[in-house]
Amino acid sequence: MTTMTMGAGDPRGPKPKRMTASRIGVYAFLIISALFFLTPLWVMLVTSFKTMDEVRQGFLFNWPANFTFDPWIKAWDTACTGRYCDGLKPGFWNSVKITLLSVPVSIVVAMINGYALSFWRYKGSELLFSVLVFGAFVPYQVVIYPLIIGMSKVGLFATLPGIVIVHTIFGMPILTLLYRNYFAALPSELFKAGRVDGAGFWGIFFRIMLPMSVPVSIVAVILQTTGIWNDFLFGLVFAGRENMPMTVQLNNIVQTTTGIREYNVNMAATILTAAVPLVVYFVSGKWFVRGIAAGAVKG
Amino acid sequence: MTEVALAAQAQPRRRRRRGSLQAILATTPMIIAAVGVFVICILFSIFWSMTNSKLFPNFNFIGLTQYQRLWGTDRWIVSVQNVLVFGSISLIVGLVFGYLLAVFMDQRIRQEDLFRSIFLYPFAMSLVVTGLVWQWMYDPNLGIQSAVRSLGWTGFTFAPLIHESTALYGVIVGGVWNGVGVTMAILLAGLRGVDGEIWKAAKVDGIPTWRTYLFIALPMMRGAIATAFVLQLTGVVRVFDIVVAMTGGGPGFSTQVPALYVIQHLTDRVNVGQGMAAATMMLAPVMLLIVLRGLFVMRAESRAKRGAK
Repeated sequence: MTTMTMGAGDPRGPKPKRMTASRIGVYAFLIISALFFLTPLWVMLVTSFKTMDEVRQGFLFNWPANFTFDPWIKAWDTACTGRYCDGLKPGFWNSVKITLLSVPVSIVVAMINGYALSFWRYKGSELLFSVLVFGAFVPYQVVIYPLIIGMSKVGLFATLPGIVIVHTIFGMPILTLLYRNYFAALPSELFKAGRVDGAGFWGIFFRIMLPMSVPVSIVAVILQTTGIWNDFLFGLVFAGRENMPMTVQLNNIVQTTTGIREYNVNMAATILTAAVPLVVYFVSGKWFVRGIAAGAVKG
Repeated sequence: MTEVALAAQAQPRRRRRRGSLQAILATTPMIIAAVGVFVICILFSIFWSMTNSKLFPNFNFIGLTQYQRLWGTDRWIVSVQNVLVFGSISLIVGLVFGYLLAVFMDQRIRQEDLFRSIFLYPFAMSLVVTGLVWQWMYDPNLGIQSAVRSLGWTGFTFAPLIHESTALYGVIVGGVWNGVGVTMAILLAGLRGVDGEIWKAAKVDGIPTWRTYLFIALPMMRGAIATAFVLQLTGVVRVFDIVVAMTGGGPGFSTQVPALYVIQHLTDRVNVGQGMAAATMMLAPVMLLIVLRGLFVMRAESRAKRGAK
């Protein structure tokens, strides 16, 4: 689990001298890069506080002359997708529902998988695991259509349980890998001691492994919360109109071709959609990097 | 210690069995996902790619006709070319820019955490958000182009999305902006994992710093590079959201990609057989990687055997 130490350690580069030319070069490169990364966020923010009259003047980078919150209110409350003019709020609440259900379900399932694969291997369990790891690399389009057919046969297509199941399935490869690697790295004495005490499959899981898995579970929660909130394809295909997540609704609002395009409302809507994962990112800090790297451990 | 081991061995066989039965029951979701989705669904996709299914799947077997049609369709050929261009440029730019950022971050700079946050935050935002923001900045009438023109440089042109020849590069910039911070973070962690003695030795030998980074440190961090590479590659094969949000595949076919081709044939174009043929082709690069990896492992094993003799 070398990735668990990511972000730790000290810079290995040569010790800095005074402000030499090369030091200035280093900072110049970093600051110019930082500007490249920050510009879109800046443009999003200033556009969202401008009136449409000001947006039409075309000074993309300027601070708003007439500061207004109206685009934000409109984006949240009254912006239109086709015939429906309820703003982004239904999408927001749908995304909240989908995320709040899918994150715990997918994590609990993967945790049990990882635990079983580490300590209770059965005939064929390793083969199943290989298939699952293969699944991490399968492009979604390859399985999407049969899955639609299968889910509509059992009445789950375009329902909330349906989209939760889909997120659980496609989160499973990486999360199971994450938990299996974590449990496999724990000292086996922990498991043996549990066996000696007479604990069975669930006893060891609840009394020993669940409490031990807090650090890896934080990583899993971050990974899943941002991943599911940001999902577009599954929401588009499996959620149906009733449960349409925020990303899909945002795209519909912005790409609506009828009427004049209100760029300030679009940008306010874009920031609103990005807000939840951004908060997760800034609150979680270095855990976020661990989560991403964990998602890519050993193909 | 030995007592514990003995006690564990002395557990009755029956209990062990019951444990593994419970393990099978507890992992039912995994069995369903692995077999049901990643085996059976793929087999169904391959099967339907050999039928003339239109709106609904049918079982009229027509052999490889859909594949002939697929490779005779401009829209598909352009999709494949686009994903190859998109993929190779994104991978190269991502790795080079990511490594540069990591090296510069490694210079004992001040405010390292601040810079890290700035380089990484785009990845927290969805690709739909990324696509929409860049679409707005690229706007020919009100975006970067007009902002620069209003400063006095009236001949300035920068609106890649409206021309067929440049639209794909516009999408690539958005993709790199979103994901390069992750490459930086992984490679930086790799750099910090390189043995500190190496730096001292290089210094003693009088090797310039940039050469140390390029020829000594880089080859030593294969794990980090492989991780960053695999992460980017899976993103490339799946590229879909950002194209939908930014261009919808246009202008013309100029930013069409395979993932979009499949979805179009399942929805607007109502041609499931054709869509499944395209989806099956998307599986090909994954299969190729698995075969290559298998060969690599086999070669490593046979080498190890020879070494043992």
